[in-house]
Order: sequence, then C-alpha cells, then structure tokens
Amino acid sequence: MQWVNVLAQGILLGGLYALYGTGLSLIFGVMRLVNLTHGDLMVVAAYLALVAGQLLGLSPWLSLLLVVPALFVIGVVLQRGLLNATLGKGVLPPLIITFGLSVITQNVLQLGFTADTQGLDAGPIEAASLEVMKGVTLGVLPLITFAAAVLVLTGLQLFLTRTKLGRAFRATSDDPTTAELIGINSRQVYGLAMGLSLAIVAVAGVLLGVRTTFAPSDGPARLIYAFETVIIGGLGSLWGTLAGGVILGVAQTVGAQLNPAWFQLAGHLITLALLAFRPTGLFARTREAG
Amino acid sequence: MADRVLVVEDLKVFYNEFQALFGVSLEVAAGETVAILGANGAGKTTLLNTIAGVLTPRQGKVIYRGAPVSGSPAYRLCRRGISMVPEGRRIFPSLTVEENLEVGAYSGRRGPWQREAVFNLFPILRERARVPGTELSGGEQQMLAIGRALMSNPDLILMDEISLGLAPLVVQELYKVVRAVAEAGTTVILVEQDVTRGLKAADRVYCLLEGRVSLAGRPAELGADQVSQAYFGV
Repeated sequence: MQWVNVLAQGILLGGLYALYGTGLSLIFGVMRLVNLTHGDLMVVAAYLALVAGQLLGLSPWLSLLLVVPALFVIGVVLQRGLLNATLGKGVLPPLIITFGLSVITQNVLQLGFTADTQGLDAGPIEAASLEVMKGVTLGVLPLITFAAAVLVLTGLQLFLTRTKLGRAFRATSDDPTTAELIGINSRQVYGLAMGLSLAIVAVAGVLLGVRTTFAPSDGPARLIYAFETVIIGGLGSLWGTLAGGVILGVAQTVGAQLNPAWFQLAGHLITLALLAFRPTGLFARTREAG
Repeated sequence: MADRVLVVEDLKVFYNEFQALFGVSLEVAAGETVAILGANGAGKTTLLNTIAGVLTPRQGKVIYRGAPVSGSPAYRLCRRGISMVPEGRRIFPSLTVEENLEVGAYSGRRGPWQREAVFNLFPILRERARVPGTELSGGEQQMLAIGRALMSNPDLILMDEISLGLAPLVVQELYKVVRAVAEAGTTVILVEQDVTRGLKAADRVYCLLEGRVSLAGRPAELGADQVSQAYFGV
C-alpha cells in the first residue's frame, strides 16, 4: 500500500510539473525560443498573489483573477518589446537576454521582498486529504493541481485545434514566412504566445506558492523541473508534457521513498536516461497539436 | 494603361551583397493575366517575393492601386488584397487539408472564395479534407496552395511555378483553374519556367534575364526566336 501511495503522490506531483512545462513547450513550439526567465516569472506570480492577499485580502484562488491577466500582459510586453527583436538571429541572443532577465528578476524580488521565504495561505484546504481506498490518501491540493493541469492542457488543445487564432499559431509555428503571406502577423502571434505561456505560468506559480514556500532565488530550480518535464515528454506534444510531468513526479517520489536525499537525483537520472536513449522525448511531436 | 493594379518601378533587390534584380519595371492592369518567364536564377521568385512584401527592395517602388507599398510587410499586403501561392507550395504540415484552407481566410477579407467554393474547384480536396496537408500528392498540394491563397479573396494573386515537378495532365488541370480565377475578375501574375505554358496562359508576358526585363509583350506578337533569346540570352 505504501508504494501505491508513493505512486499516487508522484502522479499528482506530475500535474504541477506539467503546468511548469506547458508554457515552456508552447513558446518553443511556436517560435523556437527558450525562455530562461520561465521559472523566475513563476516566482513573480507567487509574489503577486502574496501582494494581492496582503493589500486586497484576496485568497490565493481569487488572486488568480489578477495574477493570470498580469502575467499575460507581462508576456506580451516582454515578447513584443524585447524578444521579437532577437528573432532570426540564432538561438544565442534570446538565451542571453532571458538569462539576464532571470538575474534581474531575482534581484528585484530580493530588493522588494528580502530573501526571506514566503508562503500563500489558502486555509485548511492545504492540509486536507481524501482516503480514496484503504491505506491510500490523496491530498486535496495535489488533486486540484492535477485537475488544473488537465484543464489547462484541454483548453490549450481546444484553442489550438478549434479556433482561428489557434490555427494561426500552428501555421506560424510551421512556417512564419508563409503564414505572413496569408495575413498572419507573426510578431503579434509571438506576443500572444508568450502571454499565453506566462498566463499558464501564473497558475503554476500560485499553486506552487500554496503548496510550498518560495523565495526570490527559487526560479532556476523551477526552470529545471520545467525543462525536465518537456525533455521527457517531448517538445511540442501537449499530452506528452503531462506524461513527462507524471514520469518526473513518480521518479522523484519513488527516489525519495528509497532515500530522502534521492528526490531530485532520481528525476535528473530519468531525464539523463531519456536524453541518452530517446533524445526527442517519449512523445515526440508529429503534429503540433498532436 | 488604364486602371493599373500594380506598377513596379526600377526595382533593385539585394540579398546582402548579391544583387538579384537590376532595375525591373512592369505594369499590370486590372483583370489581366501576366506571365513572368525566365530561366533558373533570372530573378522571377525574387520579383514576386518583393511584390508580396516578403523582401524589401533597396531601390525602386512597388505601387499597388496607386499607393506605394514597398516595405509593407506581407501580412498587411495580404489584408489589402495581394495573395501569393509560394514556390514549393509550402503547405503547413501540422494542419489538415481543411485547416490549411481555413487558415487562408485569416485576413478576414470577404468575397466569393469560401471553403465550399474551393472544394467545388478542387473536389479531391473535399475528399481528403481531414488528412494532414503534406500527405497529399504533389499535384493535390499545389491545388491546396492555390485554394489557400484564394481563401483571402485577393484582388491580385501571385503564383510561383505552380507547374514545377508535376505531370502534364495535372498541370493542364491547374491552368484551367488559373483561367477560371482570372475570368472571375482576379488579376493574376504567374511565374513560369515553362515558356510554352506561360505564353499560352497569359495576356502579356515579361521575360527576365539575369535580373533585368529582356522582353515584354503580348504572346501573339512575340516570335519564338525573340522569346528564346530573351530567355537564354543567346
């Protein structure tokens, strides 16, 4: 029973990792851009929720109504104001710029909030759990997180396959020059894609803040998990991202069960094994919305 | 020439230091079908890409319906009614046949070309609507590329080498459609390597040779020697 529990925790943890990875995968898919600020912006979202709680008395859940649009706007402005200028100049310029932004973000957060760890208070729900069968209990918060991941991925899938703008995203991802020929402004699409990516990051950041404490320098560690999720699942595959998150989560909880120090190590080893034997990931993209 | 849709004046286009067009000028009247003929590397595709807004000329002007447009990005020109069937078809691989057509209507221009109208023009596309676009045969992909360009209801459609690598029967079918499109009132500029095909389809032709216009006129007025000299430069 203990192992069933471990497995269940791992799977649910995978939901959070899927939320980490989805935005990263989306912008890489649409514009071949790797955003090294991804993790830091997740932490920014958590701090915004904290401020919303302190100033307006909003619960973390209600704060999403402000944090998600805020991160969306940050994404659009970041892409259109800065990152679009680096496109078509190779992979290095966006990497360097987002790396720099990552450092700046951490320092600004430290200036504003000190290096102390913070947490979001969602009330008793944080510790609530359900006994689904004898000996197997699931946390309510991890269940909510997993449900949020499935909801976000389903929504993204519907957006990409069913809407006019979603088709434009996929067309631009395939071939931006030809997309422009049919009236699509690729730079506008890139701005919206970054906005969407960061809106998902906002959800991940708030859930992260409710689940655990956070500090200004936590971003890069979150970025690693996001990368690992995407590497395991395969770039560009939405449901692969969920599978990647689940595999990473299970590896970590199983590793931790064997030895508490192996939590991160087990995840890294799985990722390395994937890179060695199946570098495209388990669910390599065949079609964008696959 | 009355009612000119497009005027190209002294166009000079470079790829970095390499000059591809050396002062090309041409005019296209509303409703005309104009063919641009020339050998490989003569600058035909460069010319179309410049008209479509993919490339920006270093010198010279593209004037569309009386307004200079060189330097405008392609997406804006598409919204103003210039559409292109690009060289090599460039079907979006992650989109199905149907989605490739629908995304062609992104600019939101209204007109007779809706999905059903394109399906009626190319019934095979209706049959294969749910197949990924790049799983079609070469000829079918070309039909899809033409259909996608029509979906924006252009006033001016540019077609780059639609016959390339296709069987003669398929090419014949495609050119029937080109004529139908032109007869519906759309202005057409075709780029062709196949001289006979181009001369047959067009109201007027321009020959390009090494980035310059080497000959211009109506097919009936041009002798075979003249054309071959303008084409090959010998």
